[in-house]
Amino acid sequence: MTTIPKFTRRSFLISSAAVGGGLALGLRLPPFGPALVRAADGSPEITVWVVVRPDNTTAIRVVRAEMGQGTITGLAQLVAEELECDWNRVVIEYPTPGESVARKRAWGEFSTGGSRGIRQSHEYVRKGGAAARMMLVQAAANEWKVPASECTASNSVITHKASKRSTTYGKVAEAAARLEQPKDVPLKDPKTWKIAGKPLKRLDTAKKVNGTMIYGSDLKLPGMLNAAIKDCPVFGGKVKSFDAAKVSGMKGVRKVVQVGDSGVAVVADTWWQAKIALDALPIVWDEGANAKVSSADIAEMLKAGLDAEQAFVGNQAGDAKGALAGVAKKIEAVYAYPFQNHACMEPMNATVRYTPERCEMWGPTQNGEAAFAAVQAASGLPADKIDVHNTMLGGGFGRRGGYADDYVTQAVLIAKQMPGTPVKMIWSREEDMAHGRYHPVMQCKLVGALDASGNLNALHMRLSGQSILAAVRPEVVQAQKGRDPLSFQGVFESGEHSFGYTVPNLMIDHAMRNTHVPPGFWRGVNINQNAVFIECFMDELADAAGQDPVEFRRKLMAKHPRNLGVLNAVADKIGWSKPAPSGVYRGVAQMKAFDSFVAAACEISVKDGNKVKVHRIVAATDPGYAVNPAQIERQVAGSFVYGLSALFFQECTVKDGRIEQTNFHQYNSMRIAQMPKVETILMPTGGTVWGGIGEPTICVAAPAVLNAFYRATGKRIRSVPLKNHGIELV
Amino acid sequence: MRLTINGKSHEVDVDPTTPLLWVIREQVGLTGTKYGCGIAQCGACTVHINGLPMRSCQVPVSAVGDSKITTIEGLASGKVLHKVQKAWIDHDVPQCGYCQSGMIMAVAALLKVKPKPTDADIDASITNICRCGTFQQVRAAIHAAAKVA
Repeated sequence: MTTIPKFTRRSFLISSAAVGGGLALGLRLPPFGPALVRAADGSPEITVWVVVRPDNTTAIRVVRAEMGQGTITGLAQLVAEELECDWNRVVIEYPTPGESVARKRAWGEFSTGGSRGIRQSHEYVRKGGAAARMMLVQAAANEWKVPASECTASNSVITHKASKRSTTYGKVAEAAARLEQPKDVPLKDPKTWKIAGKPLKRLDTAKKVNGTMIYGSDLKLPGMLNAAIKDCPVFGGKVKSFDAAKVSGMKGVRKVVQVGDSGVAVVADTWWQAKIALDALPIVWDEGANAKVSSADIAEMLKAGLDAEQAFVGNQAGDAKGALAGVAKKIEAVYAYPFQNHACMEPMNATVRYTPERCEMWGPTQNGEAAFAAVQAASGLPADKIDVHNTMLGGGFGRRGGYADDYVTQAVLIAKQMPGTPVKMIWSREEDMAHGRYHPVMQCKLVGALDASGNLNALHMRLSGQSILAAVRPEVVQAQKGRDPLSFQGVFESGEHSFGYTVPNLMIDHAMRNTHVPPGFWRGVNINQNAVFIECFMDELADAAGQDPVEFRRKLMAKHPRNLGVLNAVADKIGWSKPAPSGVYRGVAQMKAFDSFVAAACEISVKDGNKVKVHRIVAATDPGYAVNPAQIERQVAGSFVYGLSALFFQECTVKDGRIEQTNFHQYNSMRIAQMPKVETILMPTGGTVWGGIGEPTICVAAPAVLNAFYRATGKRIRSVPLKNHGIELV
Repeated sequence: MRLTINGKSHEVDVDPTTPLLWVIREQVGLTGTKYGCGIAQCGACTVHINGLPMRSCQVPVSAVGDSKITTIEGLASGKVLHKVQKAWIDHDVPQCGYCQSGMIMAVAALLKVKPKPTDADIDASITNICRCGTFQQVRAAIHAAAKVA
């Protein structure tokens, strides 16, 4: 608390008018006395995570983004647990990246991706809560002139039993905020949790049922104009020319502007006016070198990688090449996974007000600090003259992370051409489909060999396709001498995405084949395709060995007890050892991802050979620790909606260098009628590592369903989506 | 042009081809009704027109006439939430929540014509897209709301 930031009164007024008082902090210096930071309403900050208001309300600070995954509720539970505050009087405050920068990153990372929101900040937010409790108790003890060790705290009330005195957090907050923050801050044993670990209701539901929750696209700033934008439909292309005069007389149109090299935007009084003017605007594109690229070209390039000499190794044991060379009967298969768009319900948007003195952005982002950096770069202003105000996200799924030249940059470049006027830029759904950061395209060739007893002796898994990190974090790939370690998620040699089987002779490698289509982190990221590849092939191997797929896997999992634990849990619950009901077929899959162990077992039936009904999915998750079981259940079931929509319906194809699908009529998403019954088994086994929740389970639904489909029909489907095989989800 | 929204009359000066969705959001200023696709696929823009659920992105404002429009902001009776909203809170239905205004409006309209819908009724009538995948809670909350008189 050594650096006290100074924020202009004006900037605070704009932001609070825009998003309601709770969404922005104003920090100001106390007129006198020791260093003390106050929140916008004047209440004292105890630690950076905790503000206690005089009415005994606790404001808990959250910097990770809420996009539906429940992270604000979960993080608040962790702080409240240690703080011993009254859960019914908790509100959330969102420090901005600008405030964090000014205070030497007091709140740490803002990035909300990789299922990291809770698992990578649980310790410091719990300590923030625990330290605040210690300071509040100390302040009461000082007032009563008793040792703090004789005082207890519960429900925002501090009690000194011996003297039968009690007081509230609200009453001692001023004194507590002036105390030195303790250095040694012990945390509770999770076994004793009363708020964390419980299936509490979300904190953000009330506004989501009456239309008052403000998403980025709902923002209203005084004097605000609206913008619609088109970027060159061919990735890497540019604007050649546009005829602004043709639309400048249309009702409401204020300005037609070029955005960077590749975009054109119309700024108008309303977004609808901007959109129809943009549709009418003649634009000539310089489509560049990629103007003729098609999906077939990309598939051909990836196919060549399946047998290429050069590849990066992600996992290796024994001598797979030698072991496979000497085998007469090999099992071999080639799989493929397409480009997919995130298709968040709320299209990309950002609202920016620029003046040469200050630039601020309001809007949905999964990474406030990356958005801050984008605003800084695009505005050309120093860090102390910009800020970012996050709003509720209408879905994220990885799309609203930090990508170069994305929607935040565009909105700043538009606003710079309208100095002093706030401009809200919203993408149409068509623009959103055309300019995603797509799930990477990948092919995979798997070759396996069994020993005389039918055990898997050798396996070569060759990936060929696109690297996300080569495009968005090239420094990571460079440090790994060209390898993208993330492309091996779920099958990697070690770490949070490690492989769950022991194979005596193993080679898993990746021939990197990058395309001009920009890749991004799509919920689950590379586990989506890797789980389809390895978990379907495990069933193919078991079939070749004449063994039960669960038994076949178990023999490879002796050294992977937690993988085995979740597999056994779903097998038990679905009744794997007993026959399925007549006409019903089962499939399983398991994986470790984002440091959680997940498995699924499903029951499906197939009518007319192609109409698939997924009746039931049993899903087990071992995340080490569970902060809100009710939200975990919702994340698991929801991940299957996202994952099965991808499996059955979703592919972005490339023609003439651009994405062909323009809207949900060509890029379908599951409806309630197609929703299976999802039964979640939550089996946290503790330990030192906390696993993620938002993403891991997504990957096990698709291979479980594909394996069940094979058992139902005898047909092994090796490419996604299933609509390309005439298969429907009913 | 005069519109009746949530029992209030609004005078709007707007091109008659403008979709009702954008008039509600931009001229009237009620942003609970969401834009998701613009082609009546996702249902995020669902409002009631004379009690019937309509995807307002495909309704030109000129077609509305004297019809009574209800948006998510007008579903409650004053401070008393509609039984669907209450059930949504009880079941903690929304995740990101962006599609939920449209989902709730579609469900409220369903319960008017089918006070005790079966699962098959729900499957046939509720076709809104929810990318977060809240469908299990949506179904449970519909049945719970149907039990409320």
